[in-house]
Amino acid sequence: MNMLEDYLKFAIDGIAHRRLRSWLTMIGIFIGIVAVVALISLGQGMQNAIDEQLKKVGSNRIIITPGGGGAMAGPTTSEFVAAKLYEDDVDVVKKVRGVEDATGVLIKNVRVKFGDKSRYVMCFAGNTDPKTIDFIQNIDYFMVDKGKYPKEGEKYKATIGPDLWKKFDKEIKLGDKIEIEGREFEVAVITKKSGSPIQDTKVGIPLETAREMFNIPEEVMIIFVETKPGFNPSDVAEDIKEKLRKDHNVKKGEEDFSVQTAEQMIGRFKEILDTVQIVLIGIAAISLIVGGIGIMTTMYTSIIERTNQIGIMKAIGAKNSDILLLFLIEAGLLGLVGGVMGVLIGLVISKGVEILAAEYGLEMLKAYMGWELILGALAFSFIVGCISGLLPARRASKMNPVDALRYR
Amino acid sequence: MENQEPAIIKLEDVWKIYHMGEVEVPALRGLNLEIYPGEFVAIMGPSGSGKSTAMNMIGCLDVPTRGHIFLEGQDISRLHESDLAQIRGKTIGFIFQTFNLMPGLTALENVMLPMTFQGIPRHEREMRAEKLLNLVGLSDRINHKPTELSGGQQQRVAIARSLANDPEVILADEPTGNLDTKTGREVMEMLSNLHREEKKVIIMVTHDQDISQYAERILHLRDGRIVSDEENRSPKIHEV
Repeated sequence: MNMLEDYLKFAIDGIAHRRLRSWLTMIGIFIGIVAVVALISLGQGMQNAIDEQLKKVGSNRIIITPGGGGAMAGPTTSEFVAAKLYEDDVDVVKKVRGVEDATGVLIKNVRVKFGDKSRYVMCFAGNTDPKTIDFIQNIDYFMVDKGKYPKEGEKYKATIGPDLWKKFDKEIKLGDKIEIEGREFEVAVITKKSGSPIQDTKVGIPLETAREMFNIPEEVMIIFVETKPGFNPSDVAEDIKEKLRKDHNVKKGEEDFSVQTAEQMIGRFKEILDTVQIVLIGIAAISLIVGGIGIMTTMYTSIIERTNQIGIMKAIGAKNSDILLLFLIEAGLLGLVGGVMGVLIGLVISKGVEILAAEYGLEMLKAYMGWELILGALAFSFIVGCISGLLPARRASKMNPVDALRYR
Repeated sequence: MENQEPAIIKLEDVWKIYHMGEVEVPALRGLNLEIYPGEFVAIMGPSGSGKSTAMNMIGCLDVPTRGHIFLEGQDISRLHESDLAQIRGKTIGFIFQTFNLMPGLTALENVMLPMTFQGIPRHEREMRAEKLLNLVGLSDRINHKPTELSGGQQQRVAIARSLANDPEVILADEPTGNLDTKTGREVMEMLSNLHREEKKVIIMVTHDQDISQYAERILHLRDGRIVSDEENRSPKIHEV
């Protein structure tokens, strides 16, 4: 295939000769590839971020929330009132086979005052017995960066997320005093950064303090469950459902609670994301088709302009297949150059979105820039070019040499 | 002219009929012609005499409507275009009135192109192309594009290109038609040299009486048939 180099040179010559038209043609492909690359890069980044979150929650976790719709569906207002979970439920869950431990958590939006500013912040209230602390510390969101979790009985010690200070524009150190709903707490723990904006700006207080402060004696908002090693979390989740159904005296399908493994929760989210991504990439693909038609038009024009040259090449021994290959390479190259620019700009855009997202606290979103994406997009743009060039190149290859030579 | 060798090109009752809408226009009406190795033939005739069509047939650029064309004994009149391309690339070199160089390529690349289509390795092509450009006296112009060359220089590049695959036959279609008298003469002398020194068969279409005098055999075409076939006993070699 020592001809390929010459054909390539010929094709580059052809493109360079019609510079303006070539650029305009390439823009068609360029826009399509920009959209496809940016969407895949961000979509994949999103998937990766979700997987990352799953790892942080831990795949051996089960989450129980009130209401039948599941955590992703979110309880409706009426369900919120009707369906509740209580400490009794935690005890039921703890007895299920395969459950290592379970703990109930109260979640409430609270007013936090620090310095002269006060802000609304998510407050997580959990047990402070040594076993629960041990359990909680293994969940990424509650991992200790600085400080030490309070012991049982230390009622006014608080845990804070690493980015809480941003809400107050003032550094919060261990030992600082913050005011939560009018009561003073000492900061005892700063958790590690998790990438989740809610978790990174939360406050955490002992459950018994919260029950007292908000006058909620028995209720919990979420039950976190850890399964024993060797047990399949989804099997354990089914067992939990059955036991809770019995306890709540409800039939299958009419549960006033939902039990989901971490993987199920994330799986559902991923499904939605997948659908959205497919639709968006489909739309982007349409612009690639339009770009391809642009290449086809340009190639037809350029073949007519070069009819005489095609005649010359045929006269001096070019076979039909030589002519076909020549113009296919040229069309493919038009696609490829558009693709190169498209990939570059597409990656720049997704990187920009990543930076923008980080500004807003979504640091877990990292634009995906794998070689598979880059090479795939380049190959794809080349192929789009070649396919678009197929018909024009065929016409060129089938030209009669005498007529082509005579053409002016 | 005495010749024992078999004809290199033989046209046998060749008809070529063009369709212009409803009307059939015969360009060749039963043309018979044999050309032997070592000949220098001029084909003459007024416009519309069919000399260009005859040229296309001899050059394997087109196939006849009726009749047979033999190139080195092989009947090429029913061959597929791609096979024809391969054959003409190897055995026939073309020189055109309008030079017909590829505008995007340098002189060197233009001369290399016929070898490219024959699949000859690059370094070999390059060496041979340089040698040929040297032969036509353009060794100092090898990297110039056609637009940077004069008409005469362009035609010399075309001559070098026609020799690229060392063909037995060179077909020249009005090779001096776009050149002034002096440059035309130089080109003709170059062709005449190729004929005498390289033993190339040269077939030239022209309407110029003066130019035809370089040939050893002069054919006259009228209405798609040969009307005279004469030997030129004293072909021009050098204009003093």
